[in-house]
Amino acid sequence: MIEVRQLEKSFGTHRILESVSFQIERGESVVIMGRSGGGKSVLLKHLIALLKPDAGQVLIEGQDIVPLDERELLRVRLKFGMVFQGAALFDSMTVAENIAFALRRDRLPAAEISRRVGTVLEMVDLPGIEDKKPAELSGGMRKRVGLARAIVYQPAIVLYDEPTTGLDPIASDSIDHLILRVRDRLKVTSVVVTHDMRSARRLGQRILLLDNARIYATGSSEQVFNSKDPVVRQFVEGISDTGELDALLEVRPKPESQ
Amino acid sequence: MNLRESRISRMLEGLGRVTLLCKDALASLFTFKVAWRDLVYQIYFVGVKSQSVVLITGAFTGMVLGAQTYFQFHKVKMDSAVLAVVSVSMCSELGPVLTGLMVAGRVGAAIAAELGTMRVTEQLDALRALATHPVDYLVVPRLLALHVALPLLTAESIALGIGAGYLVGIYLGVDPIYSWYNMLRYTGPSDVAVGMIKALIFGGIVAIVGCYKGMFCGEGAEGVGRATTEAVVYSSITILISNFFLTLTLGRILNTI
Repeated sequence: MIEVRQLEKSFGTHRILESVSFQIERGESVVIMGRSGGGKSVLLKHLIALLKPDAGQVLIEGQDIVPLDERELLRVRLKFGMVFQGAALFDSMTVAENIAFALRRDRLPAAEISRRVGTVLEMVDLPGIEDKKPAELSGGMRKRVGLARAIVYQPAIVLYDEPTTGLDPIASDSIDHLILRVRDRLKVTSVVVTHDMRSARRLGQRILLLDNARIYATGSSEQVFNSKDPVVRQFVEGISDTGELDALLEVRPKPESQ
Repeated sequence: MNLRESRISRMLEGLGRVTLLCKDALASLFTFKVAWRDLVYQIYFVGVKSQSVVLITGAFTGMVLGAQTYFQFHKVKMDSAVLAVVSVSMCSELGPVLTGLMVAGRVGAAIAAELGTMRVTEQLDALRALATHPVDYLVVPRLLALHVALPLLTAESIALGIGAGYLVGIYLGVDPIYSWYNMLRYTGPSDVAVGMIKALIFGGIVAIVGCYKGMFCGEGAEGVGRATTEAVVYSSITILISNFFLTLTLGRILNTI
């Protein structure tokens, strides 16, 4: 379904991705983990060609999308739904208009559109908020509306960019359940980028760990979480590099003792 | 040397991007069906909401032009030519340029700020992810709206400028009938045509520069702020410079000079 071959990307002199290769099968749910600023979101945006790599290939159902221009990409993107980190709802529109945005080119009757909008809003547990503006919603609600917008046209692949970041544990829990519900009900391929271990464990059938611009480890959820590898353990248990921290504290001037 | 090189390459890169944006917008104009609702809203936003600014600019420019021309022409006893000067300069130069500058300040800035905010909040990416070309959805309605609205606004400001100049002339002692006759004699359809063609082109400049600056703005609030300022500055400068060359070119084509 999705295949990435030898992907390279740098911003200026900063190397973000270095010979990254992996494959995602149809219906699979894959979690990409890694440290903040480690290039996870950049990698995700390459899958839908919102960013172009410096080198390498991205194959969607066997078609290399890297050389396509913006207009040719529109057809490829119909297969995708994407949930953005900050939800990225169109703030000039109501919730219903946001969700119906992708449906407008199908020329459906208004009643059908509002029925479908109602259905997905119910699916994300937010019935009846059609006429609200994004600014009136909380962060968690916005993410759920973003999810509703990404699935209303029933794409084959859904990409999630840090779906639970910045939410309290209960809200992230409900987002995780939603993602699972979407996966099971719509039979979509899901790719989730996160640094939240709890949701990674819950969502990932397979986990890719991105470290130092490369795929450091890959395996099933159990394999990664039970791994003995020091880098993987450090990441899974959330231990910071204490040596660096101590070095930082050493440099600080000590407070006067008198 | 390195600094200069990077500056030049950045400038060239910007020029290339603007050119590609124009090409995209042109291609989209011919293939994409514009959503009428978006277009009408944009025309309303550009045209109706700019009324007061443009009317005041037109009226007071016509008035000061009438007064100043009268003061100079009165010395050489050419009072009856005052209105002709006001009318020709309003039609072919001041009307389109000043209206263009005012609209650049009001609408160009708003476009850059709106699209810039959409960019930094990932709304542009969301648009692309929803299989919508940002040029089709955002640039083309704004471009068309400015192409429609700016000539109309310019025509308004010209008419009001001439009217206001006429009143000031009469107040200062110019013969109303004689000067009206001279105005009609020296103002040809080609003067009006020059003004309208210029307004059409300036509309395109304001839309393209505003959209470009917004869509490629830097990160964060600072990026949006800078994009807004630059949209106004660059579109104003482009209007002023291109106006000179348009005067020469259109004059040659329409045989007014």
